[in-house]
Amino acid sequence: MLKYIMKRILMLLPVLIGVSFIVFFIVNLAPGDPARIIAGVETDEETVERIREDLGFNKTVVERYGIYMWKALQGDLGTSYYSNKTVIEAFMERIPNTLLLGFWSVVFGLIISMPVGIISAIKQYSIFDNLGMVLALTGISIPSFWLGILAILLFSLKLQLLPSGGNEFWYSVILPSITNGTQMMALMTRMTRSSMLEVIRQDYIMTARAKGLDEKTVVLKHALRNALIPVVTTAGNFLIMMIGSAVVTETIFSWPGVGRLIVESISKRDLNMVVGCVILITFIISIINLVIDLIYVLIDPKIRSSYGIMKG
Amino acid sequence: MNFKNAENRSQVYETWRRLKKSRTAVIGLILIFILVTVAIIAPLLYDYNNDIIKQNIKERMQKPSLAHPFGTDEFGRDILGRIIYGARISLIIGVTSCLLCGSIGIILGVVAAYYGGMIENVIMRFSDILMAIPSILLAIVIVAAFGVNLFNIIIAVGVATIPQYIRITRASVLTVINQEYIEAAHSIGAKTPRILFRHILTNCFAPIMVQATLRIATVIAEAASLSFLGLGVPAPTPEWGAMLAGGRAYMREYPHLVLFPGLAIAFTILSLNLIGDGLRDALDPKLKK
Repeated sequence: MLKYIMKRILMLLPVLIGVSFIVFFIVNLAPGDPARIIAGVETDEETVERIREDLGFNKTVVERYGIYMWKALQGDLGTSYYSNKTVIEAFMERIPNTLLLGFWSVVFGLIISMPVGIISAIKQYSIFDNLGMVLALTGISIPSFWLGILAILLFSLKLQLLPSGGNEFWYSVILPSITNGTQMMALMTRMTRSSMLEVIRQDYIMTARAKGLDEKTVVLKHALRNALIPVVTTAGNFLIMMIGSAVVTETIFSWPGVGRLIVESISKRDLNMVVGCVILITFIISIINLVIDLIYVLIDPKIRSSYGIMKG
Repeated sequence: MNFKNAENRSQVYETWRRLKKSRTAVIGLILIFILVTVAIIAPLLYDYNNDIIKQNIKERMQKPSLAHPFGTDEFGRDILGRIIYGARISLIIGVTSCLLCGSIGIILGVVAAYYGGMIENVIMRFSDILMAIPSILLAIVIVAAFGVNLFNIIIAVGVATIPQYIRITRASVLTVINQEYIEAAHSIGAKTPRILFRHILTNCFAPIMVQATLRIATVIAEAASLSFLGLGVPAPTPEWGAMLAGGRAYMREYPHLVLFPGLAIAFTILSLNLIGDGLRDALDPKLKK
């Protein structure tokens, strides 16, 4: 098992290096003189030159990437161009909020998608199934920023039930997480339904019924466990989707997370912050993905044996 | 059976025959047909300079009426007209990025599956890296770095779809590559590119089509998110996401400003999803009759 974990961590490294490489180069190969942008249009050439030297913009991109990575390995992703905060400080301040939002979005997604998906499958082609699938299709098709705006319009402006932004109260998270979680909820509902439909037709389910087990045990204990495998396997993709859509959700609801930090930094052209945050967020997603992978290797005997690590 | 008949029963024909039977797909196709038609004849309905981008403060914030079925926006411009012209932008972004990035992804996928080994490894790791970055962040970084214009937006929202095409193409090529007719093609001396594109790729058509339809939908949604964040096609070009962002400040009194552009986006994505779903069902070998 330890060997497998080590192997997975080693596989992670090239991906992270690749991500940092791509993001760094996109930002640094862009046209425009970053020193000039930081200094502003009216500053004289001498000051611009000094900034250029201070921040190392006079070196080639490859050299700068080397220096950047060398410092990154020592835990230094540079400082914001505008405040004295380091990128890591600013990121750490914001990431708990993004993770909180992500967590509640997933909870919302699960609470709705699991029962709807299961019941739709058991009662295929019933009214409930049809309504559930219409709901899922709508959820997939509504862009999150529109949903967020409609939610603010209805619950904050018209009914004045929930705050339209910020993170001051415990219930501030409700609207953002519903907005952020809807698309995932819809996808998960469909996946649960279709994978449940496949499982429920298998022989071992018939055996379970023939044994005289009641329907609840058959569905929840026998069918659901296998039906959930494809859903859990794609949990990592959902997570990437979730953090990605958080960028938009956080902007709508002025939620103080990393996504909003990135959008703010882009409008200020604080590129150091942008590069650092994107790399760090990808890093965190990869770590969480790795943990999810390891967990289901542990719980699912089928996957465990396919990796040849039965003996743990 | 003659040869002409055999030709008629090609995979494309077969797909179409089954697609027609799917109610959802037909609804989706009709909706998209309406959308494309309206987008094409837009200049006949509205004059771009006078109705779409010229500000008319006297008529600002009008509620829906006969003259302006969807009302007017904060600059007095007709919202229906702007939505119709906005459809052009969205469709151009969706289709171009699909053609461009889809081709790149498909070629890389075929190459990875056909050559295997080191080449495959490099291509697949490259796609892992692209997939590790949330797509909207990648798009934001690209647009922020290279500037906001239509071409950059198309690239920005398209790049993140490349790995999806690579994976789906590679997987489906791998299922046909070892079949006997490929061996037969080799043995009669067919050249590699011909085998790849004439024999292998045509048989991977189904899953790639499904993927492409669904990717156009995500790309359109993503481009709208970009403009919602202020990183989209520059004003005053009508774009759905930007219309939403602009109307947001006034939505308490004038909800129609945010209602209709959002509906347009949802409508487009819904139609594409309906087609995608229908296609998938039509092409699913398990449901074949």
